Amino acid sequence: MKVDGIGASIKRKEDLRFLSGNGKYVDDLTRPGQVYAHFYRSDVAHGVLKRVDAKAALAMPGVLAVFTGEDIAAAKIGGVPCGWQVHSKDGSPMVEPLHPVLAIGKVRYVGDAIAMIVAETRAQAKDAAEALVVEIDALPVAADLTAALAPGAPLVHDEAAGNVCFDWHIGDKAAVDAAFAKAHKVAKLELVNNRLVPNAMEPRAAIAEYDTSSGDYTLHTTTQNPHVIRLLMGAFVLGIPEHKLRIVAPDVGGGFGSKIFHYAEEAALTWASPKIKRPIKWTSDRSEAFVTDAHGRDHISVAELAMDAEGRFLGLRVNTKANMGAYLSTFAPSVPTYLSATLLAGVYTTPAIYAEVKAVFTNTVPVDAYRGAGRPESTYLLERLVDIAAGVMGMDKIAIRKKNFIPNSAFPYQTPVALQYDSGDYNATFDACLKASDYAGFETRRRAAAARGKLRGIGISTYVEACGIAPSAVAGALGARAGLYEVANIRVHPTGSVTVFTGTHSHGQGHETTFAQLVAEQLGVPVEQVDVVHGDTAKIPFGMGTYGSRSLAVGGSAMVKAMDKIILKGRKIAAHLMETDIDDVEFKDGKFTVAGTDKSKTFGEVALTAYVPHNYPIEELEPGLDETAFYDPKNFTYPGGCHIAEVEIDPDTGTVSMVGFTAVDDIGRVINPMIVEGQVQGGIAQGIGQALLEHAIYDETGQLLSGSMMDYTMPRADDIPNILVGTESTLCTHNPLGAKGVGEVGAIGSPPAVINAVVDALRDYHVTHLDMPATPAKIWAIIEANRPKMAAD
Amino acid sequence: MPQVKLTVNGKSHIVDVEARTLLVEALRETLGLTGTHIGCDTSQCGACVVRLGDMSVKSCSILAVQAQGAPITTIEGLAAADGSLHPMQAMFREHHALQCGYCTPGMVMSAIDLVERHPEGLSEAEIRHGLEGNLCRCTGYHNIVKAIAAAWPLMHEKALPAAAE
Repeated sequence: MKVDGIGASIKRKEDLRFLSGNGKYVDDLTRPGQVYAHFYRSDVAHGVLKRVDAKAALAMPGVLAVFTGEDIAAAKIGGVPCGWQVHSKDGSPMVEPLHPVLAIGKVRYVGDAIAMIVAETRAQAKDAAEALVVEIDALPVAADLTAALAPGAPLVHDEAAGNVCFDWHIGDKAAVDAAFAKAHKVAKLELVNNRLVPNAMEPRAAIAEYDTSSGDYTLHTTTQNPHVIRLLMGAFVLGIPEHKLRIVAPDVGGGFGSKIFHYAEEAALTWASPKIKRPIKWTSDRSEAFVTDAHGRDHISVAELAMDAEGRFLGLRVNTKANMGAYLSTFAPSVPTYLSATLLAGVYTTPAIYAEVKAVFTNTVPVDAYRGAGRPESTYLLERLVDIAAGVMGMDKIAIRKKNFIPNSAFPYQTPVALQYDSGDYNATFDACLKASDYAGFETRRRAAAARGKLRGIGISTYVEACGIAPSAVAGALGARAGLYEVANIRVHPTGSVTVFTGTHSHGQGHETTFAQLVAEQLGVPVEQVDVVHGDTAKIPFGMGTYGSRSLAVGGSAMVKAMDKIILKGRKIAAHLMETDIDDVEFKDGKFTVAGTDKSKTFGEVALTAYVPHNYPIEELEPGLDETAFYDPKNFTYPGGCHIAEVEIDPDTGTVSMVGFTAVDDIGRVINPMIVEGQVQGGIAQGIGQALLEHAIYDETGQLLSGSMMDYTMPRADDIPNILVGTESTLCTHNPLGAKGVGEVGAIGSPPAVINAVVDALRDYHVTHLDMPATPAKIWAIIEANRPKMAAD
Repeated sequence: MPQVKLTVNGKSHIVDVEARTLLVEALRETLGLTGTHIGCDTSQCGACVVRLGDMSVKSCSILAVQAQGAPITTIEGLAAADGSLHPMQAMFREHHALQCGYCTPGMVMSAIDLVERHPEGLSEAEIRHGLEGNLCRCTGYHNIVKAIAAAWPLMHEKALPAAAE
């Protein structure tokens, strides 16, 4: 193995700048002549915008302009677009209301932007907001799924009857009904997938500027996918052609999905930049982020599982209501449907599945993809249901899973809900995780905890997810309005160093290291000789960005394709130099060798020849060594695995302590094991956060109660245990790397493991389920309610 | 506008700031030291932690004028003149204790303070408790805890007491 190539845990290239304070995040940038924008936001969840009077605000010191919805309406620019169209059961397209860049006529959630104030300083812009006169006639509010679906509920959008955006289904209803008709037993569960706030540590920020000479716009923004922002904002909102619009995403401080989407602020700033003729910067406060960054999850589901007398799964029926918030964010419709319901087979051979999803508008912040996006929801539902099924059948939780696993011999496995899994070995990850977590020794640990007065529980989750998003034709057939390929440009310089331009974006994932390792391995050059460039539409040919754990599986595959072209051209050059036929030239370990001889040319010699073509096959071959490839995946990739959580509950307080967490994941080819471990640990911490701590709670008037980091419980260091991570990989069969993806597995596999452990710990308290987050108050109430019964027992 | 003398990483600056300017704003916007970050507005996240005199402070929770004259160290001032990293910076890199890098400056500054305040040793539980004031959304803290334990012996030039492990 090459010491710095595939499989080596080398230290990260990006660390030195981050550890020295030399990272360059958007808010760190100051453009010459920069001024500041502040958004005035609605403090009521639903209302008619009666009057916005900017006269006093405009007279405040330093104020340059105040823009309102009237200006936006007069400018006739487009609304913020949605990138995915889902159709209802009856074939009708989803209801897709206009999402104006600044509110026009009505406000629809707390945080909806009413005006943008531009001033010389940030403080002046905020001061002027205090002088803005805004009159809103409050309307009744549909603050959550239940309220929005109640008869006579206030309408968020007049065109969406009953607040329904779409009513979608997948699977074979008749086959499922037949399965239930012959079922020996049925397990049933109603559950809530709690609403979350992504809370990347860097708040969103953007700087828009316009070059009055060239007519070029530049937007620096905190995005995971600069080309997607260019497409959505340029083509759909502002009508700026690609060659006049540059999007730069420099260092970005975490995303987790929340920085995929095109946000109204980006469009407002860019639209205003030619009017102000100076760069305009906006940086979100954290409080502002809580009410403007797209939230995650927020599903209510009813699930039923039919089983035969041996505990084999016969059929699964799921009905989900999914909160879309007040407007459709970029990927929102795909999350509960094609990214969630299509995974309801999980790792099991359930032959018949039918799922219905009703997407609902509410007077809340838009809801969209958050780490895992749909797969955590289906995994949580399924793995909770399987534990309940084990109880219904009186079966062991391990046995019921093993009985229903898709066997290795069944791959490629066609599920009844559209997806075809290419590879996996669910017993291997399961057995390895049972062993690593010392599952067999749990009973001893439980008794020891009981002797200390603690309730100890263990919980299993076995999961599969679909990522490596996505085959464009498949995604297109399912409603995606863009292709989902990836692009790489490999530029070999005359002296043999390499710059890799990728359309993916790194905001914590360590691509500058991992991709350099991949390229160093394939081209046989030292990793120091390879630099990776991302996040600038002016430098990178094209790309679709980073989400859905796609960067290595799709972006890395594009690099392999581009390097194949480099190597082929290199072989032609080397054949000319060594006066032999190209078929006789092999490339290995950075050397072009004439097969069966010791004649060779180094990669560097060939690169130099390509740029100094004195002795060169110039008739047949262009000079230079610079190749681009687009890679469109043939299928999704299917990481899977097993997570096991162990908890201890203090019965006096209801407090849950995470005392152990073990994950064994199948993520395909691993480039840098150190980075992989970090990705899994970070995802698991977010999953533990969802299971035990985090909850975006709205009151009935649509006010976000957990609207700051003082109220919304982010996981802290002492909430998270040491996390033992292992991999048991099978390779993806359809991409050149065999890579599956690792970014989301932690957040997908972990929440049901934690809740299964909590329920297990409460085994003596007559509880089969409790909704996330499993707070001390909820657990204490369960324990308290059962105390008399326990005494009577 | 009040005038204030800010002594940061050994260099003194006389600057005019509005009275309401927070120390973190003065560092970032007046002095251009953007390594110190802002991650929240309720003093919860710790991304803005700096050293002020012999105290570790969240620079969003004091005014620039309150820092008059006191020596301030930010993340930019940690490495030696020859560029070699502070042991805490080095151990963060060694143990992959950072991903997006946004919480990292505050996390490193807090970690140094934590280790310095505990010459007697630090257990894993004490490290986790000591990080109460710093949020990280990427790493799950696992590797941050490891990095701090690894930096302790380097900073105190002796082995971490076994009892503290």
